[in-house]
Amino acid sequence: MEVGFPSRAPNHSMTPPEKPAGAARATPQHPKQLDHVIIRFAGDSGDGIQITGGQFTNTTALFGNDLATLPDFPAEIRAPAGTLPGVSGYQIQFASAEVHTPGDRPDVLVAFNPAALKVNLRDVPLNGTIIVNADEFNERNLEKAGYKANPLEDGSLANYRLVKVDITRLTLDCLADMKDLDQKEKKRCKNFFALGLVYWLYQRPMDPTLKTIREKFKKSPVIVDANSRVLKAGYDFGSNTEIFQDVFVVPPATYEPGIYRNISGNEALAIGLVTAATRAGLPLVYGSYPITPASDILHALAKLKNYGVFTFQAEDEIAAVTSAVGAAFAGAIGVTASSGPGIALKGEAIGLAVMTELPLVICDIQRGGPSTGLPTKTEQADLFQALFGRNSESPVAILAPSSPSDCFFLGYEAVRIALKYMVPIFILSDGYLANGAEPWKLPRVEDLAPITVNRRTDPKGFQPYLRDEVTLARPWAWPGTPGLEHRIGGIEKQNVTGNVSYDPENHDLMCRLRAEKVARIVQDVPDLQVVGPASAEILVIGWGSTLGSITQAVEEAQAEGVPVARAHLRHLNPMPANLGDVLRRFRKVIVPEMNLGQLAFVLRGRYLVETVQLNRVQGLPLKVRDIRQTIEEVAQALKGVR
Amino acid sequence: MTPPPAGAPAPASPAPAAPTAPPKLTPKDFQSDQIVRWCPGCGDYAILNAVLQVMPTLGIPREKIVFVSGIGCSSRFPYYMNTYGFHTIHGRAPGIATGVKLANPELTVFVVTGDGDGLSIGGNHLLHALRRNVDLKILLFNNRIYGLTKGQYSPTSEVGKITKSSPFGTVERPLEPIAVALAAEATFVARSVDVQAQHLQAVVKRAAAHRGSAFVEILQNCNVFNDGAWTSVTERDVRDDRQLTLEHGKPMVFGKDRTKGIRLRGFEPEVVTLGKDGVTEKDLLVHDEKERHGSLAYILSRMNPPEFPLTLGVFRQIEFPTYETKVHEQVRKAREKAGPGDLAKLIAGPETWEVRPDGSKVAHGEM
Repeated sequence: MEVGFPSRAPNHSMTPPEKPAGAARATPQHPKQLDHVIIRFAGDSGDGIQITGGQFTNTTALFGNDLATLPDFPAEIRAPAGTLPGVSGYQIQFASAEVHTPGDRPDVLVAFNPAALKVNLRDVPLNGTIIVNADEFNERNLEKAGYKANPLEDGSLANYRLVKVDITRLTLDCLADMKDLDQKEKKRCKNFFALGLVYWLYQRPMDPTLKTIREKFKKSPVIVDANSRVLKAGYDFGSNTEIFQDVFVVPPATYEPGIYRNISGNEALAIGLVTAATRAGLPLVYGSYPITPASDILHALAKLKNYGVFTFQAEDEIAAVTSAVGAAFAGAIGVTASSGPGIALKGEAIGLAVMTELPLVICDIQRGGPSTGLPTKTEQADLFQALFGRNSESPVAILAPSSPSDCFFLGYEAVRIALKYMVPIFILSDGYLANGAEPWKLPRVEDLAPITVNRRTDPKGFQPYLRDEVTLARPWAWPGTPGLEHRIGGIEKQNVTGNVSYDPENHDLMCRLRAEKVARIVQDVPDLQVVGPASAEILVIGWGSTLGSITQAVEEAQAEGVPVARAHLRHLNPMPANLGDVLRRFRKVIVPEMNLGQLAFVLRGRYLVETVQLNRVQGLPLKVRDIRQTIEEVAQALKGVR
Repeated sequence: MTPPPAGAPAPASPAPAAPTAPPKLTPKDFQSDQIVRWCPGCGDYAILNAVLQVMPTLGIPREKIVFVSGIGCSSRFPYYMNTYGFHTIHGRAPGIATGVKLANPELTVFVVTGDGDGLSIGGNHLLHALRRNVDLKILLFNNRIYGLTKGQYSPTSEVGKITKSSPFGTVERPLEPIAVALAAEATFVARSVDVQAQHLQAVVKRAAAHRGSAFVEILQNCNVFNDGAWTSVTERDVRDDRQLTLEHGKPMVFGKDRTKGIRLRGFEPEVVTLGKDGVTEKDLLVHDEKERHGSLAYILSRMNPPEFPLTLGVFRQIEFPTYETKVHEQVRKAREKAGPGDLAKLIAGPETWEVRPDGSKVAHGEM
């Protein structure tokens, strides 16, 4: 498999193109074919890195490659320009075959300044390609990044393929005749120059981005013109100079026939919730307080008013969840979302929904913690919080999507289960799923499981806590329904009547009933599927966003004959009925997690199985090579005991 | 209820049949079957009774009324009303009630809270519910003490108050609930007293009739932990001389003989005697509930006994669109403009591409 870049790349500063930017675009005669490429864009958080990466992703998706992305940006909106904390990154892996992860290490790093180079260099493999904006490697920026000497000059990058381009100057040259823009505004276009250059390198069409520029800046024709010109200039620069020896084509992946789109986890979650509410025929009330990385769900839903979506930007996290509880009481789909710190504030109100047995969906878009932690970095360390983060016996259902598009299905499923069982239910997404994107074959609405609304309207025999025999759900009696006037609340309820009760036996019974109700959701949980050969002796089991890394690692190990299989949990509470049997079938069970062993703790506690833990809390997705290494070690150890 | 999006399947259960001519209701019809469990002699009984008296006069069927409360003695209120009710968690009733109103703006929603629940742990929510002008009737029972936790000072306790948690007297300054509500842009602000049944009923009735956030402070006695909290101004024999009852458009006159009044000197109100030093009714402040900036209401909120009479009645009542009306209007307009939601379009998003059976790809662009 050939990956990456030409064997011979120039290591010298480029001259500007002699031809004007609008000249006919040359296509090299023999683009080289690659199976997959990993590119990372990195620069100041004000450099438009996320836009650049996002555009490359959209174009690549439309081109037909499979892909996975990793936006990685600082919590500060604009940390001081040129400093290490201000570096923002966006990595994409695209391929002609199925892609499971954004990749461990970039084949190509596009660094907009010295700080971006410094922060990201350690991830670039030897002989990897580094494209730098040479203009930014001035004394001041070098000092800010902590460089004593200019790495472009001192030979320290001799083991990489360094491509120096004066991106800032070329951008300014290209816009020299535009009188309506000042120098600062012109410089701001430089990310499009880099994007154009990379488009040329990988022979991507510019049209999707030109279209986006027209739409995004439609209020300012000057900006449309400037960005479009700079994008084309970057592309032409590639074709007109000999800066790259070769260009590359990553042929489209083979997809099942169908209609596709590109989707991020937060978008998918938003439309999954709306799809469920629409199919239930109920309004969606979304109570939320802005927090990274959950805010994009609020932004997405706020636009969907014509679907009967009511977004409530509350004064705090507590009002956000209580508004959703109130809405659920009054007959709407009540949803709240946050990240770990906000979920901590919502705990008491979630307990109220447990006590009052109301359908409530709580989305936790996990990030690095504890406390404020790493707001923009990913982690999956809120499993304990979801399971146990409330006072007393307070069971809730928990789902965890395993890919950006899975957020759609589990957003939908969460609403369905909450309504069916009258329970609060968590969705544990994370920053990586929230911001990461992938191509998605559109599902047909008709194929989704139907949603039943068990609304009670008949006053005859009505009791607020009379339960369904199968699901143990209590009736949903909305205010406004004649004859069903009743009172609920956080004080212990007498079974059936719902009246306040301090009776010891009743409290014991109610605690057990609430637990049993959540346990019975297992009726709606599919059995856990094991992927791998029947002869496998090692199981790698994970949950949430680690699916891609685990799949890649296991497939690679299988290809080398290691007897390993994998399984992935989307239902964390209750867990699939066959989970215990699956775990006991294997000689060794590896549990990779982006925490210090929360799933492993639960598996051990529930099923009394020993596991091999692989834990990383670096604010980043798990690396394929780390999982592979653990598999190798376990496999070697097993051989040893034979 | 918001109509479900067109094209979506109807809820599984049939809609309730429209009620036939509503029977005439009595206060008793609004009483639940639960035993009232406040301490004997608690001011809450009087408030419950006043509210029960008002309910049948509103012309609203029981099923359309919801009582939401937080935590504290006052917050047990919903259990005693034969309406819909939600006894929630400490301080959070305004958030729950806002969710109820968003889901179903047709409901009449009362929030019952206290000085601890509403002004301490739930102060933030109270401010923002008022600021948004959610159509809630907020009844704040102010007994200047934490009763349910057995007698700690509250955010409205007077400086120096000796309680279990302030054996040497509290050093904290109290909040003035009326002033807080005014600062939070409440569109209806009033004060009444637990034991003055007629006045209380009239105020609750006006609050219920107001469209928007209505804030009513009800002075209430806790005969166990803060007995006599308000007796110096509410006892029958002193009441007339120590209370000023506001009436829109009327000069501020009070006293057993109606000879005392309130005059404004600069920004300072003062108590004057009619006929003394040439003072006539024309010199007195005239109450104006509609005064644009709420400055008059604020001045009145700062008049405290013993220097001033205690001010009762409606301090402020202005018209302003309610939060849920505006939100539902946005949804309605979005539907008019974009049509009811189309799920296939939602799922497809702005850009799609098609993979044909032969493996070729076609970009669809705008759907």
